[in-house]
Amino acid sequence: MSRAAIADKIMPMPKGDKLIVLAAGLLLLGLGALPFLAPALIVDKMIMLFILIIFAVMWNLLAGYAGLISVGQQAFVGLGGYAMVRMVDAGLPPFPAIFVAALVTGALAFVLSLFVLRMKAGEFAIATWVIAEVIRAIVSFDPIVQGETGTSVVALNAYAPEMRRMTIYLLALVSMAGAVWGTWALLKGRTGAEAQAIRDDEDAAASVGISTFRVKQRIYILASVGCALAGTLWLASSITFQPRTGFGIQWSIFMLFMVLVGGIGTFIGPILGALLFFALQEIFGDFGAWYLAGLGLVAILFALYLPRGIVGLWLDRGYNEPLSMRRRLKLPRG
Amino acid sequence: MLEAILQGVLLGGYYAVLAAGLSLMFGVVRFINLAHGDMAVLGAMLALWLVQVMGLNVPMAIALTLPAMGAIGWLLQRLIFERALRGGFLIPILTTIGLAATLQNGMFAAFGSDTKSLGAHIGSLSWASWHLPGDIFLGKLPVYMFLTALVVLGGLHLILTRTGFGRAVRATASDPEAAALCGIDARRVHRGAAAIAVALAGLAGIFLALRAQVTPFSGPMMLIFAFEAVVIGGIGSLRGTLIGGIALGLAQAMGGMISPQFSILAGHCLFLAILALRMTEAAASERGGWRNTLTAVLFNRSQIKGRLS
Repeated sequence: MSRAAIADKIMPMPKGDKLIVLAAGLLLLGLGALPFLAPALIVDKMIMLFILIIFAVMWNLLAGYAGLISVGQQAFVGLGGYAMVRMVDAGLPPFPAIFVAALVTGALAFVLSLFVLRMKAGEFAIATWVIAEVIRAIVSFDPIVQGETGTSVVALNAYAPEMRRMTIYLLALVSMAGAVWGTWALLKGRTGAEAQAIRDDEDAAASVGISTFRVKQRIYILASVGCALAGTLWLASSITFQPRTGFGIQWSIFMLFMVLVGGIGTFIGPILGALLFFALQEIFGDFGAWYLAGLGLVAILFALYLPRGIVGLWLDRGYNEPLSMRRRLKLPRG
Repeated sequence: MLEAILQGVLLGGYYAVLAAGLSLMFGVVRFINLAHGDMAVLGAMLALWLVQVMGLNVPMAIALTLPAMGAIGWLLQRLIFERALRGGFLIPILTTIGLAATLQNGMFAAFGSDTKSLGAHIGSLSWASWHLPGDIFLGKLPVYMFLTALVVLGGLHLILTRTGFGRAVRATASDPEAAALCGIDARRVHRGAAAIAVALAGLAGIFLALRAQVTPFSGPMMLIFAFEAVVIGGIGSLRGTLIGGIALGLAQAMGGMISPQFSILAGHCLFLAILALRMTEAAASERGGWRNTLTAVLFNRSQIKGRLS
């Protein structure tokens, strides 16, 4: 069937969705102007928010759409940071290194995917975590990292702080928009439909001719590059690289929290989750350990009583999912 | 070398106890408890509190901690895990990661981040050792812990094979529906299994507190070790868990001989190697065994007999 013939059978995008997309576009333009107006503190916080959104969207792509539940995405956060440290040390300017390091990490994700994607679900979750630990240990052996002490991307200090902040902000904004748009394009396309079929029933998907391994691999690599990009952006804004922080399990826990609370397997859920997580951190972050314990409790409550997250509240009232990646077919006429 | 091997084997007893609870939960309840390591730390903290604050002696504290941990396991299964189990594969993982974060940070807020140890409360036992021929020093505490591990795992084996409860557990594990048809209440079996699993985790935590230190954030590493021992030994058998624990202990002891940093790394590598081996083995058996796979790969032709294709 030709593309046009398929498009003819699928319902067009609902009006509400078009409005959301339009509003998002305008918001992005506004955000582009923000660093010229807002104080430095706000700009720094927004950088963190963009990074969180990238994390949430990437983990949702992996777990929510491809059914790959990983607790080891910190491997790529840390590796991206490490690759950037190495590249800057080798003479690459830091700002291009943000992107080059993320791409290089993707190559490693390809190699890893050959191994981890052949595992059963439980093994996959734990093995990805163990692999992150192994990579952390290996990276700590590199003299440039100085073991647990860590190292700094000193080259970033060559730029004036204002200019540096502005550049990182714009890079983070573009990366975030790119991650969201890229996920959108991917999920609206063939890969998205295939991935959702695999998530729902892998054997059935394979039986209708989907190359399940390739689809999972594509998504795994993309999600890894996304996490690495968020990692390099985070390194650029915080400057210090420490193996224990870069490869810390907390990254995966944050991703999981944002996606779960927002609504796993929905497009808009993780973005809402990231906003909520960011707000919680701003309001309660000063409570330290009690705050983190509270986050854990919130996660338990959501998992048990609201497993579809904030978006689930909306769906339970009988509304359609906003920005759904599912295809709605037109009823045949007659 | 011999000393390292002995220490590795003895360490394996501790890992086997730690892993047995995880394996039991996975085998019987089909539940992956990512807070298992934090349960162990909770047991250690409870025993430490009984000793340091309430002034009990160590055996008394252990005797009180284990039933308390069992009760906690029963309650967790009753209040949280049962509900989470209805949500397929994803919800248990999300729930127990939340539980882990709550426990770690709750214990950190309640007890502080200092490393704590029971070693100071057991007198000379923490450093006493036997001097074996060949100039080998064998610590008494590791030997006692290994023997305790053997007794506990052996007792558990007897419970599972010789008692009515054990039969119910095995029946539920192998076919929950058929077991239910025979009048076995799966929920009671699951609660019993969870109680045993968490009590075992508590015992492992006490072991760790006796031989080293614990912090509120020791849990995730203990969880990884438990998983490694379970996967290395094979899921669903206590003997396998013991073998897996000993293999992990040996790998860590051998790695530690090269350099202290290699100790944990060697355990991780053994785990990943075993996983890779199992996967290639499965792939090979799909193609009709190693020889056929090799000929197929090397000479680019398939000589699979007795199979269409």
